Amino acid sequence: MDRSVENDAITRSDLSLRVISSAGAGQLVKAKAKTRRPFRQIRTENVFKRTLVIMGILMVILVLGILLTLVVQSLPSIKALGPKYLWGKVWDPVQDIYGAWPFLLGTLISSFLALFISIPFSIAVAIFLGEYYPKGWLPNLLKNTVELIAAVPSVIYGFWGLAVLVPIVRNFENKIGVQPVGVGIFSSSLILAVMIIPYAASLGRSMIQMVPSTLKEAAYGLGATRWEVIRSVVLPYTKSGLFAGILLSLGRALGETMAVTMVIGNTSIIPKNIFSPGNTMASVIANEFTEADKAVYLSALIELGLVLFLVTVVINMIGKKIIDRFTTE
Amino acid sequence: MKTILFSFKSFCTASLIFVSLSLLSCGGGGGSASGSDSTASSASNDEAIIGAGSSFDNPLFSKMFSEYNKLNGLKVNYQSVGSGAGIAQLTSKTVDFGASDAPMNGKQDSAVSSPVIHIPITAGAVVMSYNLPEVKDTLLLTPGVLADIFLGKITKWNDPKIAAINKGAKLPATSILIAHRSDGSGTTNIFTTYLAKVSPEWNTKVGKGSSVNWPAGLGGKGSEGVAGLIKQTPGAIGYIEIAYAIQNNMAFAKVQNKAGNFITPSIASVTAAANIQIPADSKVSLTNTDAADGYPISGFSWVLIYKEQKYGDRTADKTTKLLKLISWMIHDGQQYSGALNYAPLSPAAVSVGDAILKSATYDGKPILQ
Repeated sequence: MDRSVENDAITRSDLSLRVISSAGAGQLVKAKAKTRRPFRQIRTENVFKRTLVIMGILMVILVLGILLTLVVQSLPSIKALGPKYLWGKVWDPVQDIYGAWPFLLGTLISSFLALFISIPFSIAVAIFLGEYYPKGWLPNLLKNTVELIAAVPSVIYGFWGLAVLVPIVRNFENKIGVQPVGVGIFSSSLILAVMIIPYAASLGRSMIQMVPSTLKEAAYGLGATRWEVIRSVVLPYTKSGLFAGILLSLGRALGETMAVTMVIGNTSIIPKNIFSPGNTMASVIANEFTEADKAVYLSALIELGLVLFLVTVVINMIGKKIIDRFTTE
Repeated sequence: MKTILFSFKSFCTASLIFVSLSLLSCGGGGGSASGSDSTASSASNDEAIIGAGSSFDNPLFSKMFSEYNKLNGLKVNYQSVGSGAGIAQLTSKTVDFGASDAPMNGKQDSAVSSPVIHIPITAGAVVMSYNLPEVKDTLLLTPGVLADIFLGKITKWNDPKIAAINKGAKLPATSILIAHRSDGSGTTNIFTTYLAKVSPEWNTKVGKGSSVNWPAGLGGKGSEGVAGLIKQTPGAIGYIEIAYAIQNNMAFAKVQNKAGNFITPSIASVTAAANIQIPADSKVSLTNTDAADGYPISGFSWVLIYKEQKYGDRTADKTTKLLKLISWMIHDGQQYSGALNYAPLSPAAVSVGDAILKSATYDGKPILQ
């Protein structure tokens, strides 16, 4: 199917080329009138290209501007607290002691746990929709449902989590014998896992659909079963794409604020296990920003945003490295 | 291929419709927004009064301002952004008045260019709500026990210290789960101010503020977050605004006041707590007051304005309108507090408020006589 699209494109461009060349080689009298149009086209081309370049540069400036703002605004806190801010364990606005370590841990643990919970589901959905049933009403329904998951506002997940999920988790905690609190890192990871499934699933689905059918047909021709085709042709061919989708969903989990705040328990302690309440950087900012009444306090919160920004950048860079290694192999 | 094209087409039309709809609705919203913008920009030409601050005050202020608009046709635009943000906006002179649940602290005072006066506008209480299905009578709490619970020193409901106050009550052996606000709030400020007053240990270990480093417990976002934790968890205790607790039929404890009486939090007992000797600047905490029938965990909410009203391009006319509005709020406006579960100002507070309002000046001359 891809091939046919490509063919279409080639023939179409060929045609247009032919039209232009025939016009150029055609009657000389009308040549002036006819060549005006290509000039205009070239001008439009240039304007379009320039717009694209400007848009691209604007995006870079925007991101650098955000980084710069974060750095400048967190200077007072960096000066007052130093690097100890990163591994300090106490967050006490009354005495102006700020340590981001519990929130850094909370963010990383809840996001990675959510990622591990979500991966089996998102890969399964991707394979189901990409390879097994690309067409039909059930796959369509599944596809739209998964996409709908991404469209639901996070505060709704938060309410649902607080009203439905937390009591279930509390019962579960009662059974396995940990302190039955209900809210905590485990609950927020479950919510996050649901929220991030669509990102990896839909990217994975389109990647799997792009596997050339010749490869798969060759494998079938050699006598491979469906499972063997998926394992030794589809997955190896799409692993960098699948990983990119997972990375995208991790980025979403790291920055998610509202739903997490509502179910994580908002406790500024270092989490003892995955069931204990905790706090994430994004939720601390959301909670305390409006009433931060001291300059250092406000600056410490903005520095938290800076740390979150850098964590996301570092994780993305590591991810890119891994994708590169995948694709060069 | 065809189906994909078709679905792509339908997707395009759908998104076009969606975009145009959202543009339309934005247009509508933008229309009203630009309407309020026009009032905001003309506010400098003395049309509307702009205020910002406490979200606790917002329901009462909405009622008061709509009633005042009916009487005098004055528009008041109040942004419920939180006390700290209200003070910040007053400091940068983008609003005519601020509203705060806590008086301005030393650092905030030094940030403003000229003195700011505090006018008490209403009073609220913080109640101790709990979830103990086994306890039929209202739970009784003393300041010492309350502080020990929130310090994490009392961890079981059948602790002898709690049992000693609640004789005859069937206290379960469940562990205590503490619910507190995770977002910075005036409610937290009132509650921690109270604990710091009654417990020296709390004062040194935790202190008071709109966000503190809680020794124990879970944080819920907003009153609804704390209420959710309490309702769901047997054995939970937490603090919430009295209005929220009454509207949601939540059980709350009687707390022993300074005079030794156990007081049920109510509008009357909060007003009673405020009927004390109020200092001339009205910056007083209503926690643990001497009033014999006053509920001990209550606090004023203040409207903040600059004492010298001539700044920027403000006219005398606008200043008079602002002061008349605030004066109406502390007198006639108080009739709307009861229905919304706010405590009306005590006579002592109203007279202090009057005196403070009269001290406001325009170009050095008093505005209200």
